[in-house]
Amino acid sequence: MKSLRRFFARLSNLATGRRADQRLREEIEEHLAQQTADNLRAGMSPADARRQAVLKFGAVQAIREEYHSELRLPFIETQWQDLRYALRQLAAAPAFASIAILTIALGVGATTAIYSVIDATLLHPLPYPRPEQLVRIEAHFSGIGVRDIGFSVPEWKDFQRSGLFQYVSPERGGSVNLTSSSQPARIQFKSVSPNYFALLDVQPELGRLFVPDDPTPGFNLEVVISDGLWKRDFGADPHILGRTLRLDNDAYFVVGVLPPDFHDQGRTTDLRNTEIWAASGFSRLPLPPPARGARVFKTAIARLTPGLTLAAAQSQIDTLVQALHKQFPGDYPPESAWSVRLVPLGETVVGNVRQPLLLMMGAVGLVLLIGCVNVANLLLARASTRGREMAVRQALGAARMRLIRQLLTESLLLSLLGGIAGLVMLFFTRTLLLQMIPATLPRLNDISINRTVMLFAFGVSVLAGTFFGLAPALQAARLEPSDVLRQDGRGSKGSRSQTWTLNALVVTEFALSLVLLIAAGLLVRSFWELYKVPLGFDPENVMAVRLWLPVPNDPTTDVYRTRDQEAQFIRELLRRGRSLPGVKDIAVGSPGAIPLNHEKSLFALVLEGRSTRSNLPYQVQGSSVTPEYFHLLGIPVLRGRSFTEWDVEQAPRVALVNEAFARTWWPDEDPLGKRIKLGRAATSWTTVVGVVADARTESLEDANIPKVYLSSWQTVEKELAIFLRGRLDSGRLPEQAREMVQSLDPELPVFDAKTLPDVVSGSLAHRRFSVQVVLLFALTALLLAGIGVYGTISYIVSGRTRDIGIRIALGAPRTTILHMILSQGLALALAGAAAGLVGALIVSHLMAALLYGVSPGDPLTFISLTLVLVMVALAACYIPARRAMRVDPIIALREA
Amino acid sequence: MPDKTDVPQGTLALMVLKTLELLGPLHGYGLARRIEQISGDLLAVNQGTLYPLLLKLEHEGAIASDWGASENNRRARFYRLTRAGHKQLHTETRDWEQTAAIIARFFSVKGEDLS
Repeated sequence: MKSLRRFFARLSNLATGRRADQRLREEIEEHLAQQTADNLRAGMSPADARRQAVLKFGAVQAIREEYHSELRLPFIETQWQDLRYALRQLAAAPAFASIAILTIALGVGATTAIYSVIDATLLHPLPYPRPEQLVRIEAHFSGIGVRDIGFSVPEWKDFQRSGLFQYVSPERGGSVNLTSSSQPARIQFKSVSPNYFALLDVQPELGRLFVPDDPTPGFNLEVVISDGLWKRDFGADPHILGRTLRLDNDAYFVVGVLPPDFHDQGRTTDLRNTEIWAASGFSRLPLPPPARGARVFKTAIARLTPGLTLAAAQSQIDTLVQALHKQFPGDYPPESAWSVRLVPLGETVVGNVRQPLLLMMGAVGLVLLIGCVNVANLLLARASTRGREMAVRQALGAARMRLIRQLLTESLLLSLLGGIAGLVMLFFTRTLLLQMIPATLPRLNDISINRTVMLFAFGVSVLAGTFFGLAPALQAARLEPSDVLRQDGRGSKGSRSQTWTLNALVVTEFALSLVLLIAAGLLVRSFWELYKVPLGFDPENVMAVRLWLPVPNDPTTDVYRTRDQEAQFIRELLRRGRSLPGVKDIAVGSPGAIPLNHEKSLFALVLEGRSTRSNLPYQVQGSSVTPEYFHLLGIPVLRGRSFTEWDVEQAPRVALVNEAFARTWWPDEDPLGKRIKLGRAATSWTTVVGVVADARTESLEDANIPKVYLSSWQTVEKELAIFLRGRLDSGRLPEQAREMVQSLDPELPVFDAKTLPDVVSGSLAHRRFSVQVVLLFALTALLLAGIGVYGTISYIVSGRTRDIGIRIALGAPRTTILHMILSQGLALALAGAAAGLVGALIVSHLMAALLYGVSPGDPLTFISLTLVLVMVALAACYIPARRAMRVDPIIALREA
Repeated sequence: MPDKTDVPQGTLALMVLKTLELLGPLHGYGLARRIEQISGDLLAVNQGTLYPLLLKLEHEGAIASDWGASENNRRARFYRLTRAGHKQLHTETRDWEQTAAIIARFFSVKGEDLS
């Protein structure tokens, strides 16, 4: 306490130092005057009185020093001195300073940029209190390899009763037609249990949230809306509470508005963009009566009981699952091996971006490291020219520690200035950078330059400064002053250890850039393979627009209930759509028919004459389309026939399958005429009448996904997509399509209009982003490595000018000199390449999951990029080598 | 004249505090003279060492100082005891007395007392 007080008093003295000195002088003067006066009174002569007073006072200088050391903080003062000296040094070498600061600024800026993304996504995936307690519950039929089978209401109740969780809430995502606002709109909707918001522990901005233990079995007709929807569609109306919303023609009323910073959780962007939440007990219409086999929701989230670890909860869940297996053998056939996993909720939100982000962080870290190595090189080169200065200071009695501290202060100052410059650059380019990030990145809106990010930038700068400053500082302090001073003029002439350090740094630099180059090369090749992969369909000039027919909770109010009612609507849609400007072809299908749309619709598949293991069905992707669909998308019908206008409700049910389907299920048989059932409850058989070519409509990466198509006239599909081909005006078409649909039914929302080329390139967005970033970093690294080797070789050449001069004077051909220098550079490059190849092999295997169509050890990439690196190294050496070749022996020998 | 013993660290501080408690605010010279008087020439030389000590005590908050006018109407810095200084003086006095008592007991011990 006392010493703390003293510290602060001293700290404040730093500012008031001069006044304190003045005070001491006055006090001394006064003391001496009084003593002298007393001495005079005691009868001394004036001269003697003064003399005795001074003697009695003691050594003034020693007292002043003691006084001052009490007054000040020597450590801070020396630091201040060092800092001023460092600033002067940097100002004296502006070219060096600006290159070093710029290098660090780029490194720190880029690292911080990537970190800010990681901070928002991977480190804070869940913006809720105590996120570590939140888990997602997943159920699998592990025995037959079916994942995420979902849950039934009895299973939900089992979990809720297990005592492992404070709350368990199922969630069903989807979208609804909102028709009571300005414009019918398709809004992302989630039905959850009433405890959902209590589980996430959020508070409303307005009104209230659901009552956690509300026992209503079905929907309780209350909805909570997001702040965004409230502001966008209701003009932030303060009287929104109690207002009725029509969702798919059902009336709900608003009970609460969530705060603006609330973001929902979910596996997909759509789920995370939910704007309306309704609570349900999941046991009434429109859902089937609760039964163990009726898995009515896909997923559930839960909050663990406080104090329970994930592992402990998992082992107790396993026990519960075993008990249920025994109790309900009919619902959980042993061969299916029903299992339940608890996964940290954050992981399920950001799981698919973790790897690319970590890859980018690694890449940017390497760039920073290479930047540091470059600055270290610069500092070393500078240190050698400053060798004399250091030697003189050392000879005059400066302690080694003091010199190291001085040099470290300089490098820390450099790195901090670089860090600040980096942050400033980041600040001014942040909007531009954010635009580069694909919109599907989770928590994109929360990326910001906040305190943690700034702290990170600061930490990285300090680390970088220490890293690149330490080697040169130790090197400089190790110099023997006598050696240096004895040498003429230029100080240390590349002492052996110094050259060794320089070489090691350059080799490291090469190795690191080769790792990055190869990683980027493999990513670029994967991207290219995917980009030029034959799609199997023709996206050019095609647009898709979506609409949704409402599904009211009461079926009798549904005007599109029967197939005939719906077919009539679709036929009218096709007829009117054909007259839209520019439209040549038009087709309608389910959303699953939109290529690369990640909403999958899986059907349970039963094949005639083949018993599946147990009564568990296989699953297959399916979509329903109108006859024009295949022609419009350019997917050829290889065998049999396409759908016709006569495949209507009354006609026998027909299906088309793709080649992958035929290969999978009837490898050696004729698929035409085979019969299947889609959906477990299906009563009638569907006959396969045709086979279409495989197309990458489900995934660009995989052409081999079985798929089945049904006729739109024979199915009831509430979600529809209109496909249009022709010379379309993509700017005006969405509005025209909306008017066309709403002229049929003004209550229908039309949304999500996009051109298929956009969809295709959008599905590459994540990949494109990471390729761009890593490639950019790799090129930066290559450039930095080139500069590094150039600097080092130049330095070596300038240190050997005399030696080269002697060689030339003795008659060495100039090409020999050139070869000598080039081979020195080549040796460095080869050593770096060897180390880099090993590193690259390790890294490429780590990122194997991100590659497509190219093996992690792809020889072409490895060899060609190694060659590129060596070429760059040679090019960088060539300039100093030519300079060496032209050394004039006379000048060199006279100067040295 | 007895040898001038070196003033042990801490002892001088205690003397300063005690003097200020007894006599109220004093300037540097006054303090030096009083201590010299009471201690019997202990501070007869090196009176200047008092000033760094005063600064340290001021930093610790035990004393405070202000400019004022001395007896012969010159500008002088007057030191006075603060509340914290009073407390410090009392604890240190007690500690000192305890130490002195213990040492006194050791000195008074004779060989036969321990056998």
